[in-house]
Amino acid sequence: MRIFDPHIHMTSRTTDDYERMRAAGVAAVVEPSFWLGQPRTSTASFLDYFDSLLGWEPYRAAQYGIAHHCTLALNPKEANDPRCTPVLQELPRYLEKDNVVAVGEIGYDSLTPAEDDALAAQLELAARHGLPALVHTPHRDKAAGLERTLSVLAESELPPERVVLDHLNETTVDRAADSGCWMAFSVYPDTKMDERRTVEVLRRLGLDRMLVNSAADWGRSDPLKTRRVADAMLAAGFTDDDVDRVLWRNPVEFYGQSGRLELDGREQPESFEGNSILRGAPAGR
Amino acid sequence: MLTETSLTPAARAWLDGVLGTDAWEAAFTSAGRHVGRAAADAVRVALLRAAGADAATAARLYRHGDAAERRAVLRALPHLPVGADALPLVEDALRTNDPRLIAAAVGPYAARHLDQHLWRHAVLKCVFTDVPVTEVAGLADRADPELARMLTDFAAERTAAGRPVPADVRHALALSPPPAPAPEA
Repeated sequence: MRIFDPHIHMTSRTTDDYERMRAAGVAAVVEPSFWLGQPRTSTASFLDYFDSLLGWEPYRAAQYGIAHHCTLALNPKEANDPRCTPVLQELPRYLEKDNVVAVGEIGYDSLTPAEDDALAAQLELAARHGLPALVHTPHRDKAAGLERTLSVLAESELPPERVVLDHLNETTVDRAADSGCWMAFSVYPDTKMDERRTVEVLRRLGLDRMLVNSAADWGRSDPLKTRRVADAMLAAGFTDDDVDRVLWRNPVEFYGQSGRLELDGREQPESFEGNSILRGAPAGR
Repeated sequence: MLTETSLTPAARAWLDGVLGTDAWEAAFTSAGRHVGRAAADAVRVALLRAAGADAATAARLYRHGDAAERRAVLRALPHLPVGADALPLVEDALRTNDPRLIAAAVGPYAARHLDQHLWRHAVLKCVFTDVPVTEVAGLADRADPELARMLTDFAAERTAAGRPVPADVRHALALSPPPAPAPEA
């Protein structure tokens, strides 16, 4: 089984996690930039973080045979802090880097005017740099936040097929499906979605434009949730090909729109099982 | 200039279109997408050389670069009109834990400009991080008894821990004059 986790914050995870992920079949990840739990107080703090997502973290991932790409942005929460917003001026040069496959996470946290501005500005940056966008839907007031997100998207140059709406659940997925955007589910131990409910949504709405991620970070979360969903899909009667579509081909198609995804042969199932990319690590199951 | 690399005709045409133009800095960043990541290092070095990048330009591209761009700046340094002014970039790379950057930092530029103390520590760091010492330019010329002492102590520490001594330690020691004998107690 080959797995692509399209949203995971590896900066917050250990090498033990990388090892377990690889053993579970994870061969590619995308790490969106987000907030760090502790609020940032300057632009420079963002730049060091972006540099890390473009330097140190892909190196760490490669040691475990995992391809690492990132999405960069000013996150919704810190879009409200005037000490942080100047990072928007630095983003254009970062959005030209080879390993950047989308603008994100952008979207709403508390639905403020500052968040309106940051979202619109960064959708424009995505269009200008030929990148798709990863849009986070808010944890509080989610349905209203989704509506406001969709109206800003409608005014942007970015077409819906280049946008993924993340952290969806039963109350927001139908509206997201109607929008033509990609749909993503973050599967968590306690909050957001779980495996069973995710499989129900897939059964009801089909596999088109569907992404599943662990969104694992520094909070209670589990980097193996992508594998758990794959197992739950198989237990519910989905085929191996269905699993490969949701957990590999769909994220490859979405982020592939950037033209910057480099999977070093991992896109071929036969070479994925070969030794060439495992670099001496135990073979994945 | 790119004799070591075979570019596809499309990649060559792209490079010819940006070499020596104002677009070269943007091309330096996006090179991997136009010529493939395997050839990107050599192409980036070629762009820096053709532009005759000075120390300020090299520093800016390094500071603004991802790991691959930084590596290319380091590899280009011996060919750029920067004198010793780009040493802070080498020192920055040697503070990382990324073997790709460390390997690029211990080339001919470091051999020529890095002071002896930092240079010895760079060699030791290569041994530590599994960067082959064959990457270290001028090893036989600069190796001294103090480096031999440091390598010998490192080997002793590994042996005491029951861990293998990297073969590169012996290779580097063979090129180094023996450590000065310890003073009589």
